[in-house]
Amino acid sequence: MTKHLLFERIDEPGLNTIPVYEKRGGYSALRKALTLPPAAIVEELKQSGLRGRGGAGFQMGTKASFLPQGDMAKYLVCNADESEPGTFKDRELMQKSPHTLIEGMIITTFATGIHHAFIYIRGEYVLQAEILQAAIAEAEAAGYLGENILGSGHSLKLVLHRGAGAYICGEETGLLDSLEGKRGNPRLKPPFPAIEGAYHGPTLVNNVETLGTVPTIINMGGARYAEIGVQGSTGTKLISVSGDVQRPGNYEIELGMSSREIIYGLCGGPKPGHEVKMWFPGGSSSPVLLAEDLDLPYDFDSLAKAGSMLGSGAIIVVDDTHSAFEVAQKLTKFYSHESCGKCVPCREGTNWTHKMLARIEAGEATPMDLDILASVQTQIIGNCLCVLGDAMAMPVGSIVAKFRDELEAEIEAARERANTVPDTVLLEAIPVGAH
Amino acid sequence: MSSIDRRPPVKRYEHGSRVPGWDEAVDLTKPPATVPDPALTPVPDELRTKIEHLMGEYPDFRSASIPAMHLAQDHHGWLSPEAIEQVACVMRLTPAYLTSVASFYDMFALQPKPKHDVYVCTNISCSLLGADEFYEAMCAAADGHAEIGVRGFECLGACDIGPMASVDGEFVGPLNLDDAALIVEDIEAGRSVLEHKQLRHRAVADPNGRVAGFSGIDPVGQGDQA
Repeated sequence: MTKHLLFERIDEPGLNTIPVYEKRGGYSALRKALTLPPAAIVEELKQSGLRGRGGAGFQMGTKASFLPQGDMAKYLVCNADESEPGTFKDRELMQKSPHTLIEGMIITTFATGIHHAFIYIRGEYVLQAEILQAAIAEAEAAGYLGENILGSGHSLKLVLHRGAGAYICGEETGLLDSLEGKRGNPRLKPPFPAIEGAYHGPTLVNNVETLGTVPTIINMGGARYAEIGVQGSTGTKLISVSGDVQRPGNYEIELGMSSREIIYGLCGGPKPGHEVKMWFPGGSSSPVLLAEDLDLPYDFDSLAKAGSMLGSGAIIVVDDTHSAFEVAQKLTKFYSHESCGKCVPCREGTNWTHKMLARIEAGEATPMDLDILASVQTQIIGNCLCVLGDAMAMPVGSIVAKFRDELEAEIEAARERANTVPDTVLLEAIPVGAH
Repeated sequence: MSSIDRRPPVKRYEHGSRVPGWDEAVDLTKPPATVPDPALTPVPDELRTKIEHLMGEYPDFRSASIPAMHLAQDHHGWLSPEAIEQVACVMRLTPAYLTSVASFYDMFALQPKPKHDVYVCTNISCSLLGADEFYEAMCAAADGHAEIGVRGFECLGACDIGPMASVDGEFVGPLNLDDAALIVEDIEAGRSVLEHKQLRHRAVADPNGRVAGFSGIDPVGQGDQA
């Protein structure tokens, strides 16, 4: 199950420069692509079955084919605003092999007739932005960017754009608003970015890893790439494993590998004497899974069938030393802070969930509050402009459902600590109509 | 103009259901600021040139507002009214527009801030490994050092080195409680911070990504491999 396409010997010194990258066969995919008709490249991408690596898992080739043909102002935006908690795979790729991404972007723009592309990188990635900026300058000097690339007639201007710290800018329409120099509020969809995105032009938005995989697909051919992995989840995936494991970090796996093999085999599992209590298979926004789910194959469809999702490929492992309440509280604090405030279910839902958990901690809650908590989560899901609200409601809802007994015990324990009288008693003490 | 009611803002919602500072965004005693007059707004040449270059990189010049404010913040130390005014002058935007954008993003400081930023990640993965304790230790270590600002920050995208911190943009980790004092020492001395724990020197965790003779930090051994 070890297949290495993106991470193969990625630590090689100097890989971030063109001479070393070319020595390893870099930019050969671009040379090959420039001899093909653009439509044939899109066809290869479709055949490869490559699904978006940023979180939504949409077929990349299909998305590219949604862009209107013809010579108009169209844009490619690489989403490098990697801020999903637990995710850090794009960071490693951009830092160590930035030309993989640049080459993938040039091929994609050639295939779709785009002449202006952007990399939106989160503001906190200072080192990675410096490396990318240098790599772009180097590619320009080598004739891979700019006018008439390698004599093909294709031209491309690539701009690195640094964000300034906002989780919501990883959402594609929030990212586009931020790129346009506004607050990063998500937009109502439709129209989808492929029809009307940046600067009102058709825009293709893809994740770093997705674009970085394009050169491999062109080199191998879409059909051969589709043989890797499993039906519906082709290829390899960069995964970030963190939390309570002994060897956290980035790994490249073939999709369909057993989750147990990843968490215990590659990453060593939790510290000796401890067990996996729960794990997030795709970043902190994915519904939690339990130890009994560890034998699930790690691919898009299997995880979706189990009620969770592969998301960005970030596995967060929580062992038995942590309480479910503590996890839920951390998540909620984060999402309520990052909610942009544009739509009500998310703005109010994340904040009230945060306050309700604070109430539990203060010993002021009763088990009935868990029902209200769960109902708030169901009312957020599907009712927001973007998925930030869902991103809190799904994991928190799943924690309430799967760890109900533990949360009830926490409520009782907190009440004993605080020595408070249950609300019901207080309510009875207040005469009706007094407030 | 004179008929506009300019009552001072009323302090409300004492119990904290409003974002702190919501009523400090504008001075209601002043008329609304327009696009600054270039003749009356001196802008440092270097800043102007860089912002003008950025404006040309995009189909719509407004796209340069975030990068331009990064530059202005680096130049002035924080996004002071003067800094905002300079960016507004070069970009031909109102200060209100830029302030509305800046207030959305965590990395922009609309209040004076210490020279050095220490962002301690306190999100889920890091907190499972003790980031909250480290954050407290870091606050304690930086106490009394006016030029060091410690902030608990959202996931910085380096959970593999958790608990971690970003010191003026340099990612360091995994940290233990003793590292807090060392970070302060390194900043005071103007040295590169915790050189042996910097992310930039770290090998990838995936064994197939390694190369023989890589002289960096081995994530498995947690020690120098040199």
